[in-house]
Amino acid sequence: MRLFKYFDDSHYDFVRQRYIAFLITAIMIFGSLGLLAFKGLNLGIDFTGGIMMEVKTPDVPDLVKMRADLNALNLGDISIQEFGTPQNFLIRVPEQKGGAEAQKNAIETIKTSLNALFPDKLVEYQRSEYVGPQVGDELKRSGIIAFVLTVLGIMGYIWYRFEWQYGLAAILSLMHDTLAVVGLFSLLWMHFDLGTLAAVLLVAGYSTNDTVIVFDRIRENRRKFKKMPLRDVINLSVNQTLTRTINTSLTTLLSLIALWLFGGEVIRDFANAMIFGIVIGTYSSIYVASSALLYLPFDHDDKRDDHKGQEPVKE
Amino acid sequence: MIHIPLWKRILVVCVVTFSFLLCVPSFLNTEQRENLNSILPSWIPAEAVSLGLDLQGGSYMLLEADIPSVIKQKLEDAQVAIRTELRNEKIDLKSLLVDPEGLSIEVNHLDHKEFVRKAIRAADENLTIAEDGQKITAQYDEKARKVISDQTMSQSIEIVSRRVNESGTKEPIIQRQGENRILVQLPGINDPEHVKKLLGKTAKLTFHLVSADSESISVRSVPMRGSPSESIPLHRRPLLTGDMLVNAQPSFQEGAPVVSFKLNAAGARRFCSVTTENVGKPFAVVLDNEVITAPRINEPICGGNAVISGNFTVQESSDTAVLLRAGALPTSLTVVEERSVGPSLGSDSVKAGRTASIVAFFLICGFICMNYGLFGVFASVALLVNMAMIMALLAMIQATLTLPGIAGVILTMGMAVDANVLIFERIREEVRGGRSIMAAMDIGYDKAMASITDSNLTTLISGIILYVVGTGPIKGFAVTMAIGIVTSLFSAIMLTRLMLIIWMRVTKPKTLPL
Repeated sequence: MRLFKYFDDSHYDFVRQRYIAFLITAIMIFGSLGLLAFKGLNLGIDFTGGIMMEVKTPDVPDLVKMRADLNALNLGDISIQEFGTPQNFLIRVPEQKGGAEAQKNAIETIKTSLNALFPDKLVEYQRSEYVGPQVGDELKRSGIIAFVLTVLGIMGYIWYRFEWQYGLAAILSLMHDTLAVVGLFSLLWMHFDLGTLAAVLLVAGYSTNDTVIVFDRIRENRRKFKKMPLRDVINLSVNQTLTRTINTSLTTLLSLIALWLFGGEVIRDFANAMIFGIVIGTYSSIYVASSALLYLPFDHDDKRDDHKGQEPVKE
Repeated sequence: MIHIPLWKRILVVCVVTFSFLLCVPSFLNTEQRENLNSILPSWIPAEAVSLGLDLQGGSYMLLEADIPSVIKQKLEDAQVAIRTELRNEKIDLKSLLVDPEGLSIEVNHLDHKEFVRKAIRAADENLTIAEDGQKITAQYDEKARKVISDQTMSQSIEIVSRRVNESGTKEPIIQRQGENRILVQLPGINDPEHVKKLLGKTAKLTFHLVSADSESISVRSVPMRGSPSESIPLHRRPLLTGDMLVNAQPSFQEGAPVVSFKLNAAGARRFCSVTTENVGKPFAVVLDNEVITAPRINEPICGGNAVISGNFTVQESSDTAVLLRAGALPTSLTVVEERSVGPSLGSDSVKAGRTASIVAFFLICGFICMNYGLFGVFASVALLVNMAMIMALLAMIQATLTLPGIAGVILTMGMAVDANVLIFERIREEVRGGRSIMAAMDIGYDKAMASITDSNLTTLISGIILYVVGTGPIKGFAVTMAIGIVTSLFSAIMLTRLMLIIWMRVTKPKTLPL
């Protein structure tokens, strides 16, 4: 009955394939960095400040005309994005100069213009958000703080539980995963808002989650097979944990797919980021994190006897 | 592992039963819930999970109070008081200026300084005085500023609450946030613009005499409402202020909407004497720096009842009455963040969240049952219990369930079974390595624990940070996820272990159906 039986006794030489993996990783990392540097992110109003409205039109509108009409209002660069159905739209308007009154007027102007497109019919305004520029800056700052704290927190924990080499490798793979997710958001010009940021932080947590499973096994095997070279220990450990690495990711992916399919449009960006992050996280804990250990200096063998069971390792 | 102490078993059974019971109210409608509550004794919490604004529809607003202008106003008041006091003492100053830091005064003679110090202390004892030659500065120190901002904030919150309550919003949440902000949550409100209009007004009401001499420094020009180009010269000093009002109601006079108001005893006396002295002269009613109306005083108005007429619409007269009743804000409030969700989108989101949860549940159960057979069924039962525990805890601590919160619950489902995957894989591995069923299960649970703890804790770390740093809906996400992680440790480990033991006792299997 069971799936993935073929992993039970697998002997894939992951370590040997590391160069291909490193190449892929290098492309992803440098690609992401380049995209972030030159293209940037499609930041939502949470971070930039501005107005956002979700609108449901009674008929499928003439998008070209709608765009032209709204842009003729002189409210700055208005973006219109289809949202789930051809009758639902997200309209984003930059912050208006002139305080709260100006924002209110801008919303009214847009509503009037949209209502005029559908005479005698009802345009539904389902959601509206306004974020002031100052709050936007604060949210941006607290987002960065959150990310740094998450990385430090996880690093600290791994440090405490494992030797420092593992901590460093785990952080490398965590950075790798989050950077790849953010890079993808830049590449596809997907909307990056508070929800997406939350997803990125979770990817950081979850990616470590996967990595730790492999590292636990590497540590266990290093104690068990004292004569085995590190390279083989890594290969053995990754193979032994392959089923659970994949199965744990799959269960989480299944829940995310349900969320993506049925959770509604508002949550889809979040699901996108998580799904991509978990796929990347699984790849990186198999190929990147473990192989990275090869390049870190381990004190040879003498230390392996000092620790018993799962006690925290103190350097 | 075959020996789980009796108290632990009882604990598991109790926790499971209570969890299911506690999440019952969340699946009832309001009426059914009230019926249930009337049957149950009051110490049993029959609370439903409360839905966030993004799920029930409503408006979230963050208002920022202008504290610097309060301080500036206080300094200006002090300036006037000091000037008057020194004039009485016949002391001429070289200068007396207000800057954002405080007052700076320069005296002509050093022996005037004593008088100046006394005048400052008399004007506002919270001012800290510093001297340097002929210069004297008076400032609010850190502590005094904090006192001022705390006072301003608590007054503002009081007034905002009154206005929101007057506007008829049910169960609003109004709280201070940070140094100078007020968070206002208005569930189920259809027209946030209206409330926003009410909150945006300072509602400072004053009555002034109209002056003939527009050049004097004791006179300033105030624009007319509705026609900002037109303005009327008024005496700066008000005859009467809005804090002497005890009531205000919208009403009609000769068919036109007006606001009628009632003054307190002191206000009534004052109004009576002022109107008696100034019969025949025009006076002006000023609301938030706009002249609403400037009628002529035809006869003395005594008794404390009067009306303000000023080309109001019906809505405007009732809004003005609300504002006057609630009182003036100590300073202006600006909306710095606002999020509104219509009720239809909210209920769509609830439906979507429910569907996604159910689909996720069955997908995951299907997957683990296919992979781990009977053990997978046990894990599925544990997952169901986990869901119930999350709901029960959310209802118990009255946490708010938001759309991201639902996403957190769904995500937790995927992660909760991770623990079971780890345990089952380990057992399977130990069996392959030649251990007996008993030993394999013992070691499986034991060895998998380290990985489970590590992986859950790292996720928990990001969850906690999200909670601390995040705002609004994101906090909701962090809460459900953190709860989910903790409950999953119970359901996926304790509960499945108990189920496995009972199953082994009953069937005494030779091989594991893994």
